[in-house]
Amino acid sequence: MTEGVRVSGSLRNRLATTLIGGAAVLAILLFFVVRSYAAQIAQQGQDSILGASVTSILDAASVRDGRVEVDFPYASFSMLGTESDDRIFYAIYQDDKLLSGYEGMPAIDPKVGGESSYRTAEFQDTPVRLAAASRMLVGADLRAQLTVSVAQTQDSLSGTLNRISRNVAMFGAGFFLLVVLLAFWATSAAIGPLARLTTSVARRGPQDLRPVTSPVPSEMVPLVTSLNNLMARLDQSLGRSEDFIAEAAHRVRTPLATVRSHAEATLQRVDREENRQAMRSMIRAIDESSRAAGQLLDHAMITFRADHLDRQDLDLVDLVQDLAVRLGPIADMRDVDLQVDAPVAVPITGDAILLQNAIRNIVDNALKYAPRESVVHIAVTTFPSPRVTVRDEGPGFPVGEISGLSGRFTRGSNADGIIGSGLGLTIAQDVAAAHGGALTLGNHPKGGACVIFSF
Amino acid sequence: MKFLLIEDNYDLAQAICARMQLDGHVIDHAGTIADAIAFSDSGEYDLILLDVMLPDGDGRDFLRRHRAGKLTTPIIVLTARSQVSDRISLLDLGADDYVTKPFDHAELEARCRAVLRRNAGTAQTVTRVGNVAFDPVAGVLTVGETAVSLRNKELRLLEVLFNAPGQIFPKQKLVDRLFSYDDDVSENAIEVYIGRLRKHLEGSQLQISTHRGLGYRLDHD
Repeated sequence: MTEGVRVSGSLRNRLATTLIGGAAVLAILLFFVVRSYAAQIAQQGQDSILGASVTSILDAASVRDGRVEVDFPYASFSMLGTESDDRIFYAIYQDDKLLSGYEGMPAIDPKVGGESSYRTAEFQDTPVRLAAASRMLVGADLRAQLTVSVAQTQDSLSGTLNRISRNVAMFGAGFFLLVVLLAFWATSAAIGPLARLTTSVARRGPQDLRPVTSPVPSEMVPLVTSLNNLMARLDQSLGRSEDFIAEAAHRVRTPLATVRSHAEATLQRVDREENRQAMRSMIRAIDESSRAAGQLLDHAMITFRADHLDRQDLDLVDLVQDLAVRLGPIADMRDVDLQVDAPVAVPITGDAILLQNAIRNIVDNALKYAPRESVVHIAVTTFPSPRVTVRDEGPGFPVGEISGLSGRFTRGSNADGIIGSGLGLTIAQDVAAAHGGALTLGNHPKGGACVIFSF
Repeated sequence: MKFLLIEDNYDLAQAICARMQLDGHVIDHAGTIADAIAFSDSGEYDLILLDVMLPDGDGRDFLRRHRAGKLTTPIIVLTARSQVSDRISLLDLGADDYVTKPFDHAELEARCRAVLRRNAGTAQTVTRVGNVAFDPVAGVLTVGETAVSLRNKELRLLEVLFNAPGQIFPKQKLVDRLFSYDDDVSENAIEVYIGRLRKHLEGSQLQISTHRGLGYRLDHD
C-alpha cells in the first residue's frame, strides 16, 4: 500500500550505490598507485644495471701512450641481457668526440664525479633508457673528459609492467567484487531492522495500537518514538470516539428503551383500537430506528475491519453452536426450532467477530421470516468448501429479486410487516467477500429461503 | 422469581419493574453500583439485570466483582452498545446474556427464561394448584402423573393466567403480552393456544373458561 506516499529514491539503493561507487574509485586508484610504484621499482632495477654497465666501461678506460684506450669487459653488456632480447646501444665520447659506438645517441648531461645520470628518450624511433657518466682521465701528456653513455630498449620492462598491471587489475577487480558483495550484505543488514519494524507494524490487527517494544538500532529510536507517540495519540482519540459513541448510544437508546417500555405498559391499559394501533406503530418505529442504528454501526465496523482481518484459527461448528445458544431465546419467542446439523469440528481461519456478525444476521433473517412453530435448519459442512447453510420454512425469496437482495438497504417485496434495515445480507455478503468466500441466496425445493455462506 | 434490576434511568427502571410485576415476579431496583452491592449482599436473587453505564461506575466492574466473588446468580446485561465486540466482551466478563436497548419485553423475558433454564437447580420454581404442577422455567406442566413440555407461547399464556387466577383477560391483552410487535398476529392465534392449553389441562382441577365478549379466565374447581 504505497498509494499516496511520495517515493524519493531508496535508502537501499543509495547505500549500495555509495558503497559500490566508493569501491570502484578505490579499486581504480589502487590500480594506478600500485602500477606506478611497480614501474618506478622496475625502472630503478634497469637504471642500476645500466649504471653498473656505464661504470664498468668507464673503469676499463685508461690512457696509454697519450691515447685513450677503452678495453671494456664482455660483462659490461652481458649484464644487460634480458629475456626479451632488448637492444643495447652505447657511445663513448672523448671531450664530446665520439670515440666508439652509435652516432646520434640522445644527449644527456652526465653528473660530475662518476655518478650516473639517467633519462628516457627516443632513439631510432624506439623508447630507450639512457644512462651516462663521465670521468676525467689524466695521463702524462693527456687530459681528457671521457663520457660513456649506454642505452637499452624497454621491451622487457614494459613486459614486466604489463604483467604487473594485469595482476594488479585482477586484484583490483577481485577487491571490487568482494566490496560489492559486502555492500549488498551491509545494505541488507542496515535495512533489516527497518524491514522488521515495517512487518511488525503491518501485521498488526486493526485494534492493535500498542507501542513498538521490540529493540531497534539507536538511529531508528527517533522514528520509533514518534511512531509510538502517534499511535498513543491515535489510541487516545479512538478511545475518545469510542467513548463518545458509547455515550451517545447510551443517551439515545436509554430514553428510547424507556419510551418503548412505557408504550408496552400503556398498551396493556388502553382499550380503544385506534389508540392501541398508535401505540403499536410507535413501538415498531422505535424498533426500526434502533435496529437500523445498530446495523449501520455494524456495517461501518465491518467495512473497517474487512481491510484488516483479524485472522484466527476457529472452529466453525463452535461458532455456529454458540450462536444457536445466543439466538435460542429469539427462536423460542416464535416457537421456532433451531436445528444445528454439524460434524465434530470444521477448522477455519477468519475474523471471529465478523463471522459471528455475518452468520447471526443470516440466522436472524431466517428466524424473522420463519413461520410460527416451524424449523430453521443450520447445517455446517466441509464439502466442497467449509460452509454454513441456513434454511427456513418461510415464504422464500421473491423469485426475480434474489440477485439484488444483498444490496444495501434492499429488502424483499414480501418483507412487509417485518422489521429490518436491509443491511443484514449486505453485512453477510461483505464478510464472505472479505474471507474470499461467497454468499449464495436461493430457495429450497421444498420451500423456504436457503442461504449459503461459503469460504 | 426474584429479580434485581440495576439501572440508573428511573423511568426505564419503573417501566421494567411494572412489567416484571405484571408477570408475577418480585423485583428490587438499585440505581447505583453501591446500592446494587448492598442489595445483592443482603438478598438472594434468581437473576440480576444490569445496566452498563451507571452514575458511580461501570456496570462491567460490578460484573467482574460479582464473578470474582464466586457468586453464581446469573446476570443479564442491558446495554446501549450494540456492537458485536462490546457484546462479546460482556460475555467474556461473565455475563450470562445481554439485551440491547431498546428491547422487546418479550425478548427480555425469553432471555431470562433461557438463562434460568441453563442455571437450573438454583431456584424452586414449581407452582402447585390441586393436582397440577407448573414449572414456568423448565416449561413443564404436570397434570396428575403426566408431564407435558409446553411450547413457548403456551407456556407464556399459562403463566399469565396462572399469575392472576380468577381474572378475566381479553384476547387483545393476551396478544400484547405474548407476542412481539414485529409479529402480525390475529386474535385467532390466542384461540389456538387456549385450545391447546385446555387439552393439556384435561383431567385437572383447573380449566380455562370463555367469557363471551370479555375474554378468558383460569378457574379452579
